[in-house]
Amino acid sequence: MTVLVVRDLSKSFGGVRAVDGVSFEIGRGELLALIGPNGAGKSTCFNMIGGQLRPDAGDVLFEGRSIAGLRPRYIWRRGVGRTFQIAATFASMTVIENVQLALASHHRNLFGMVASLSASRRPKAKELLVQVGMADAADRACRELAYGDIKRVELAIALANDPRLLLMDEPTAGMAPRERLEMITLIKRLVTERGVAVLFTEHSMDVVFAFADRIIVLARGALIAAGDAAAIRDNAQVQEVYLGTGKTYAAPAPPAPP
Amino acid sequence: MNDAHDILEVENLTAWYGSARVLFDLTLRVGRGEAVALMGRNGAGKSTTIKAVMALMARRSGTVRFCGRDISRLRPYEIARLGLGFVPEDRRVFSDLTVAENLDVGRQPPRQFPDGKPAPLWTEEGLYKLFPNLAGMVNRRGGQISGGEQQMLTVARTLMGNPLLVLLDEPSEGIAPVIVERMANAISELKKAGLSVLLSEQNIHFAELVCDRACVLEKGQVQWQGAMAELMKDTSVQRALLSM
Repeated sequence: MTVLVVRDLSKSFGGVRAVDGVSFEIGRGELLALIGPNGAGKSTCFNMIGGQLRPDAGDVLFEGRSIAGLRPRYIWRRGVGRTFQIAATFASMTVIENVQLALASHHRNLFGMVASLSASRRPKAKELLVQVGMADAADRACRELAYGDIKRVELAIALANDPRLLLMDEPTAGMAPRERLEMITLIKRLVTERGVAVLFTEHSMDVVFAFADRIIVLARGALIAAGDAAAIRDNAQVQEVYLGTGKTYAAPAPPAPP
Repeated sequence: MNDAHDILEVENLTAWYGSARVLFDLTLRVGRGEAVALMGRNGAGKSTTIKAVMALMARRSGTVRFCGRDISRLRPYEIARLGLGFVPEDRRVFSDLTVAENLDVGRQPPRQFPDGKPAPLWTEEGLYKLFPNLAGMVNRRGGQISGGEQQMLTVARTLMGNPLLVLLDEPSEGIAPVIVERMANAISELKKAGLSVLLSEQNIHFAELVCDRACVLEKGQVQWQGAMAELMKDTSVQRALLSM
């Protein structure tokens, strides 16, 4: 089942076509990697799907309905989650409070329960933390956590509104190699179980090649290739504009067993 | 201790963020024409070490010698004028200046090594050869070029100062593989020209391409030092200290 359809999406900034007629689809439970050189238009694409930018032309259909030009919070309410390149949590709040806040927002009782946030939806929040492996740190302040752990909390927050589509901007940025693989393995397991469609960007090619079901490549605002890992790796144009010869990243690790 | 061949000698370097001590008696050296990788996980102290060498940490102790001269009490700009180039992780490109103007800002007079041998003298033309991507965008503003291009511009701007040693903070982070490769080629060219390089890095493949030695940090201390080739073979060090 198709979750997201992006059709002829375009956006210009001051005469420069940042995104130029981009089209693709993502199905239920599918991990689609969006890769390309810095400045290719990846973030602009993300921001048009997430509602941070209004497209000049084209359409974004989520579960068959257009979400192009809607505000981010309405898109989030429809069931589109998002994580950021630089993890964004409330640093002085505890891990579980961060998740409780997302749950409260999802259930639209954000303003009616100011006094009782610490009691609100704690079991559900705890369950999400168990799933991302952060239950033991539930009562620690987010600012005390290592960066890799903050990324896990952010994933729990992103899953709090039961999204059917997740937009993940460099989900493993700033992590050590083993943490990267653990994080993407976790993402793959959670989204496959839930049937969530994922669009993610990533500069870590070992992560992309081992975990993406499909890969699309953006260069100067336009899609230049689409296919599985083998097809993308062997594509001469992709090698020239993005991958290079491959000597700066590892041979792809096989996906970890579930 | 005062090895005439070492361009940078760091002894018992200790640094604090506020009251938290983050570097502990760090000792390392960089030889002339040598490239050394500072490696380790997030928060191990790689960037802090580079900042402490550049006198960018408010509170620190220990000795830093550059070309045999104690620079521990100098200010960052004084250190830069001695020929120690610094490429910050956040790039700090002047976004309203063009690529050519950004290079102009970095210009310093020609310089010599302590033994009187002239240091490599960089010109715009030479740098555009080193980074061909920049040659096609000399009149673009720094804020309008991509992250990878900004990374190349920052390195080129530092080279305009004709440094003897370049400190690079995470030169491959967040940029496309093809640009990472170009950056590796450029650093190899610098070494061929006789420059020394100290860089912080998480990408071991990149470090292997350009570095002779590695210095692995953990919790603000040096835990392992040795030849890069040795580190590539030592999977137990890689697992324990680099989370490979």
